Amino acid sequence: MKVSLSEDQRAVEVLFSEFFAKTSEPTVVRRAEPLGFDSELWSKLCALDAPAMGVAVEKGGGGAGLADLVVLGECVGRSIAPVPIIEHTVAVRALPEPSAELLAGDEVATIALQSATGGLDWGLIPAGAVARTVVGPCGDATVAVAAEPPGVAPANHACMPVAFRNFEHDAATTLGDESVWSRALSEWQILTAASLVGIAAKSLDIGVKYVKSREQFGRPIGSFQAVQHGLADLPGVIDGARLLTFKAAWAMDRSDPTAPTTADVDDNDVDDPTSLALMAYLFATEVAAQVTDRVLHYHGGYGFAEEYDIGLYYRRARGWPLVLGDPAAQYQRLADRLFGTISTDDMPRKR
Amino acid sequence: MDFNLSTEAAAFRQEIKDVIALTYTPDRRSEHHRTGTFACPALYQELARRGLLERIVPGLGKGDPIELWILFNELEKASVPYDALSVILIVSAMVNRLGSDFHRERILSSLISAKSYACLGYSEPGSGSDVASISTRAVRDGDQWVINGSKMWTTMAHEADWILLLTRTDPTLPKHRGLTMFVLPMDTPGISVEPVWTIGSERTNATFFDDVRVSDEWVLGGVNQGWAAMGVGLTFERGVVGETNSGVALLRHFRQWAEETGAAHDPAIRQQMAQTAIDNEVAKLLTQRSAWMAASGELPLVEGAMSKLFATAAYQKATHWFQQRAGAAGLLRFGEDGAAADGWIEYEGRHAPLCTIRGGTTEINRNIVAERHLGLPKSV
Repeated sequence: MKVSLSEDQRAVEVLFSEFFAKTSEPTVVRRAEPLGFDSELWSKLCALDAPAMGVAVEKGGGGAGLADLVVLGECVGRSIAPVPIIEHTVAVRALPEPSAELLAGDEVATIALQSATGGLDWGLIPAGAVARTVVGPCGDATVAVAAEPPGVAPANHACMPVAFRNFEHDAATTLGDESVWSRALSEWQILTAASLVGIAAKSLDIGVKYVKSREQFGRPIGSFQAVQHGLADLPGVIDGARLLTFKAAWAMDRSDPTAPTTADVDDNDVDDPTSLALMAYLFATEVAAQVTDRVLHYHGGYGFAEEYDIGLYYRRARGWPLVLGDPAAQYQRLADRLFGTISTDDMPRKR
Repeated sequence: MDFNLSTEAAAFRQEIKDVIALTYTPDRRSEHHRTGTFACPALYQELARRGLLERIVPGLGKGDPIELWILFNELEKASVPYDALSVILIVSAMVNRLGSDFHRERILSSLISAKSYACLGYSEPGSGSDVASISTRAVRDGDQWVINGSKMWTTMAHEADWILLLTRTDPTLPKHRGLTMFVLPMDTPGISVEPVWTIGSERTNATFFDDVRVSDEWVLGGVNQGWAAMGVGLTFERGVVGETNSGVALLRHFRQWAEETGAAHDPAIRQQMAQTAIDNEVAKLLTQRSAWMAASGELPLVEGAMSKLFATAAYQKATHWFQQRAGAAGLLRFGEDGAAADGWIEYEGRHAPLCTIRGGTTEINRNIVAERHLGLPKSV
């Protein structure tokens, strides 16, 4: 048992937190709106070999595990960096032979989060506005398909480079059965959870700094117990979300697909990676929404003003996870894994 | 990060599970709820017989905080009453660390063998969260002390052989500095105990001290050193001695009822069950972190406050949800026909309010996080 970062992970944390602090300041984030993609920042990130960081060494990547990528994901969230590194990472990890262009980041890849309808219509695709390659499910298979991205996104809540795309069946290459996509989806949930932890942690920092400097009634508002107590609830849930995200990544990294996993909630003993990925995604989604909401509130009217940064975090805390759809559907998936599936014709007999 | 227990810790966990399975029978369970005395002597004594109590007290045994966490985590998951045991262990740790040979001989062996109980005389009618403001007085009279005052929430005082008693010995000093801790036999003349019944069916007590005369040898940790003695107890607890995993048994009880009645098929109910499972996992991880930090030589005071804040709020939310979801069956008590989960759902709804109060209220824990972690100024 060890509840701290490894030496390597600390190095990753220092590298990327310093990098994003310098390159993804709020002015950069604002400048990238409404598309939510900054090609200059992406090029700088590529210069650090980040696009291939999570790809196995034998495929030409950096060989980072998911837990290492969680460290990167939190840094992305702290700076709400307008780069699709999470989607790209998850997609290239799912490809059996990622091309040199994808490894270098000269081309962007992403993952479709919904099942396909019609031809190959996956609904709204995260990073779909800028990604040439899309990995997604197609019946019992996982496929990849490539086409020129539109470069524009429908106007949206969080200024994300999302897009509706339509692909021809014929253009799709099969990567394997559906489990390839399922695993990638769990990885997306975990890394998105990490980015939401980053959003929450940075928002709390912003809030604490603000209440220490803002004075009303002749004293900093941070000296009022009502404000202190509203903030004091937040570090625990942020730390909880971070621990849960790391646990999910740890379970995913060590998972041998043939080994049995446990999801024994009666004994509070869950190491099933798919369940933990859902838990991390769902919990971090709630935490990021709660923290940004509360910190925006303590800014008073300024929190609602565009020029303050907390609004940038508030919108992304809601937008980044919502591409997956209503969390209620994910709660049902989690319930199925933890409590067993139910047949729809067996109606409740509750009074 | 690595979330696996070591082989040794996993074996310890299995042994705790074995002891619970062997000694915690349904009869015992209903007895607590009937008598209001939430203690389980057979279980505690079996732990003692196997050397497991001695083992987790620093200085007596291995003193591994991870094992301490595992012990309380397992007891809590199984709904075994652990309050009396936690006091036994805290008092043992304090006596071992601060006591004289006389104390260790007289007190330690009886506690660590779980043959006697102890109780904590800290709170008073007028001093709860502001415990340093206590007014129970110990006054020198020759080579003796004369103690007068009263203590609240002295759970187990009616069965305990020992009381840890915080007194004021010097009212001229600032409030934290004029305190002295005593450890006294409960049969000392002048001590009397009155029951206080709780809405959770528990018997706790008020304990009174009328001209209680004791000699100097019953001082624990030095005269006017009472606040430091309190700190030793806190250092031992390290935020892992219970109250952070109550949601596990709650979910198990509710799920049993929901599956029996078919309510487990309702998507709205399934979502609340899944949310509770997530909260339980988070509460476990936060507590596990405190244990790991303590094992690494740190004192996780802020982290313990965070765990308790989160876990107790999540548990209260879930007890409210599940009692409502159970509908009228959630009203019925133990032993009534049709009671949800044999009455557990109704009971947990009565037990829940206690959890954000005892062992440090939500407000005190928020103060700790606000001041020590967020660096906010002392509040007004």
